Amino acid sequence: MEPRAAIGEYNEAEEHFTLYTTSQNPHVARLVLSAFYNIAPEHKLRVVAPDVGGGFGSKIFIYPEEMVALWASKKVGRPVKWTGDRSEAFLTDAHGRDHLTNAELALDANNKITGLRVKTHANLGAYMSLFSSSVPTYLYATLLSGQYNIPNIFAEVISVYTNTTPVDAYRGAGRPEASFVVERLLETAARQLKVDPAELRRKNFITQFPHQTPVIMAYDIGDFGASLDAAMKAIDYTGFPGRKAKAKSEGKLRGIGISCYIEACGIAPSKAVGSLGAGVGLWESAEVRVNPVGTIEILTGSHSHGQGHETTFAQLVAGRLGIPISQVQIVHGDTDKVQFGMGTYGSRSAAVGMSAIFKAMEKVEAKAKKIAAHQLEASEDDIVIENGEFKVTGTDKSIALPMVALAAYTAHNLPDGMEPGLKEGAFYDPTNFTFPAGAYICEVEVDPGTGKTTIIDFVAADDFGQLINPMIVEGQVHGGLAQGIGQALLEGAVYDSSGQLLTASFMDYAMPRADDLPSFKLNHTTTLCPGNPLGVKGCGEAGAIGSTPAIINAITDAIGSEKLEMPATPDRVWHAIHG
Amino acid sequence: MYETIYHRPSSVDEAVALFGKGSESKYLAGGHTLIPVMKQRLASPSDVIDLGKIKELIGIEASGDTLVIKAATTYFAIMQSADVKKSIPAIAYLTSVLGDPAVRHRGTIGGSIANNDPAADFPAALVSLGATVKTNKRSISADDFFKGLFTTALEDGEIITQVSFPVPAKAGYAKMRHPASRFALTGVFVTKTKAGDVRVAATGASQNGVMRVPAIETALKANWSAGALDSVKISDSGMLADIHGSAAYRANLVKVMAQRAVTAAG
Repeated sequence: MEPRAAIGEYNEAEEHFTLYTTSQNPHVARLVLSAFYNIAPEHKLRVVAPDVGGGFGSKIFIYPEEMVALWASKKVGRPVKWTGDRSEAFLTDAHGRDHLTNAELALDANNKITGLRVKTHANLGAYMSLFSSSVPTYLYATLLSGQYNIPNIFAEVISVYTNTTPVDAYRGAGRPEASFVVERLLETAARQLKVDPAELRRKNFITQFPHQTPVIMAYDIGDFGASLDAAMKAIDYTGFPGRKAKAKSEGKLRGIGISCYIEACGIAPSKAVGSLGAGVGLWESAEVRVNPVGTIEILTGSHSHGQGHETTFAQLVAGRLGIPISQVQIVHGDTDKVQFGMGTYGSRSAAVGMSAIFKAMEKVEAKAKKIAAHQLEASEDDIVIENGEFKVTGTDKSIALPMVALAAYTAHNLPDGMEPGLKEGAFYDPTNFTFPAGAYICEVEVDPGTGKTTIIDFVAADDFGQLINPMIVEGQVHGGLAQGIGQALLEGAVYDSSGQLLTASFMDYAMPRADDLPSFKLNHTTTLCPGNPLGVKGCGEAGAIGSTPAIINAITDAIGSEKLEMPATPDRVWHAIHG
Repeated sequence: MYETIYHRPSSVDEAVALFGKGSESKYLAGGHTLIPVMKQRLASPSDVIDLGKIKELIGIEASGDTLVIKAATTYFAIMQSADVKKSIPAIAYLTSVLGDPAVRHRGTIGGSIANNDPAADFPAALVSLGATVKTNKRSISADDFFKGLFTTALEDGEIITQVSFPVPAKAGYAKMRHPASRFALTGVFVTKTKAGDVRVAATGASQNGVMRVPAIETALKANWSAGALDSVKISDSGMLADIHGSAAYRANLVKVMAQRAVTAAG
C-alpha cells in the first residue's frame, strides 16, 4: 500500500552505489540494475529494502525512478531521495488483471466436462514490465483446469500493448483470472443445466492424485470434496432457500455463489521455469548462523513486506531447537547481508524460503550433534535435540546449545578434522509447484432500488497443507479476501478516451473499507504437500485468487442475470437488473 | 504547494480586513477542498484566512421555530448536538453519513455551502428546509444562494456567519454514498413544512448542482408516503454521469432516495 520510495547514494572513494528502495526482491533488483541497465557491476551496488509497507506484486518490478535516484546521486555528489505520492502510485505502479475473455465449456449428457476453450486478450499496458508477459500466459492458462477433470483444454492468449499503465503481477497474478473464468463457467453451466452448482462441481472434481492436467500442471495432492463440504456446512448451504425467501419478503434479492479454486504456488522449479523461457531460477537460499553464545541469525532470500516472516521463520527455527523465539533473528532485504535470494511473491516464502532454512538447519544440527557427541563422549546417532539441549538418549547427559556453539568457535576440542564455526547455507529448488486449493462460498443481498450489494456471509475452506502459524495464515486469508472483494465490487482503473487515468486518487478509486467487508468465517482442511519437507503449500494469495468468482456468482444468482462485469458497482448491478 | 501567508483572525471584522489587504486572498474553513487544490497547485492564494477559530462563528442555537447553526460549526458538533437532534433530526443524520470521522471533525457547514460542491450534502438540506443564509452583509434565501456548480451568491470577501433553518413538521434525508469519496452519489432531502408545504431537494444528481424536484414535491403534497412516488418518473436529462453512475442511474436514485427519505421522515 505505501507508495514507492528510493534513496540513491554514491560513494565516490569506493565507486560504490547504495540503493534504499521499496522492493519485494532486492537481489533481483540489483541483478537487473546491474546486468541490464549498467548502473554498476553487482559488487559495486548494494540494494537495501527493509520491511516494506506492502507489495502485493507491484514492488517486484524495476521502475525508472529508482534508477534515476542512483544516477542523480553520482551526478550531484549527494544522496538523492524520491518519494512517490498516491496519485503517482496510481499512474506508475504496475496495474493488474486487465483481461477480456471469451470461454466455452462442453459437457456430456451426464454433465461430465469434456472440454474447455478459452480465448483471452490480455492488456500489457504501454511498456514491457518485468513479469508482464508471463502473468497472462504461464500463470494463467496453466490453471485453467481448476479442480476438475477436463480432458481437453484449448487456450489462446493474445497479449496486447496499449497506452495504459503497464499491467503486471498483482496478488495472485494470472491465477485469479483463471479461477474467475473456470468458476463463472461452472456456475453458469449449472444454472443452464438446472443442477445444483455444488453437485456439478463435485461430479467433475479430480479425486486421484497425482493428476496431470492437459495444461502442464501436475497436481500433487488435494481433497476438493472435503473443502466444499466444509464450506457448505459453514454457510448452511441447505438453509439458503429459506433465507432467500425471507429476504424477498423484505424487498431484497439474495444470492449464493461458490468458487472452488486451485492455484500453483511455491514458485517454482527452476528447470520448469527455464523450459518456459524464464531468465532466472526460482530457488531460494538460506544461511543459518549460530553465534558463539548460541543466538541465531537466519539470513533469508525471502523478503518480508507484511507477511510476518520474522515470526514464522523464527518459529520454525526455535521450534526445531526448543529455544525461545527471542534467540532467533531473521535477516532479509539487504544484498550486503544475504548472499543471494529471489524474493517474495507467488506465495513462495513458506514453501521455498522456509524449505531452504529447513535444509540449512539440518546441516547445522548435524554438525552440532557431532560436536555434542564429541563433548559428551557419545555416539552422534544417540544425540537428540530437546529444549535447547543436546541429549544422549536414555541417559541424563546433555549439553546446552550455547556450549555447543561456544565449542564450535573456540575450536579447542572438536572432532578430528572438523572445521571451526557453526554456520551453514542451503539453496532449495522445489521439485514441483505447490497447489493450495479450497472452496469459498459467498452470500449476498442486493438492493434492487440502488443496485448495492451487501456481503451477508463469506466462508472459506482452504487447504494450505501444514500451517506454521495459524494466526498469520488467518490474516493472510482476510487480506486476500478483502482484495478479492475490492476487485469484485469496488476497484477498477478507468481511463478516458484520451488515455487519461480517471481513477488517480482515493476520491475516485474505491478501496475496500472495513464496512464493505463481512466477518469472514475461515475453515481449514488439510492434505500435506508431499513436495517439500514442511508439507506447506502457501497461503498469501488464495483469498485474492478464489474470492472474486464466489462474489460474482452470488450477485448473478441474486439478480438472475449473467451479464455482469467487475467491479460490480451499484450502477452496473442496477443496470443489470433494470436494463 | 506554493508559499502563502496564513492568518488566524479572531473576529469576522478582522477577517474581512485581512481579506482586503491580500492580493489574492482566500478564506479557509475546514480546508477539505482548498488545501488539496493548493497541494495540486491549482490554487495559489497570497493569503489564507482561517475562519475556523472565530468564536462568533461557532455554535448552535435552537428556539421553537428556528434552528441556527453558525458557519464554522463542524459537522461533528452538529451531529452531536442535542438541539439539532431535537429540532431537526434529519440534519443530525445527514452529518452522520457525511464523509468519515476525519472529515466530520474538520469540515464545517459554512465551508460546505460556500464551496457548493454538486455532490455535497448540506446544500440539499438548506434548499429543502427553506433555510436562510446570513452573511456579514445580508440575508440570502437558500433558493437564491446556490447558483450552480461551485457557484453561490456570495460576493468577493463576503463571509457566511450562520444558517437558520425553520423547524419543519417532518424532514428526512437519504443518501447513496459515493463508494470512494463518500460524497453523495445522489442524496435527497425531503421536508414537510409546518404550513403544509412540501420541498424536496436532490444533490449529486444534476449537472447544475443542488436542485428542487417538482414532480416529487407534487406527489408528496398530495400523499406524504413513499408509495406515492412509485409512479413518478424522473428524467435523466441534465443528470450527472461519471464512472460511478450513469445519468439514468442517478435519475433512479433521485426517486429511490426520495422514497427512503420520506420513510425516514415518518
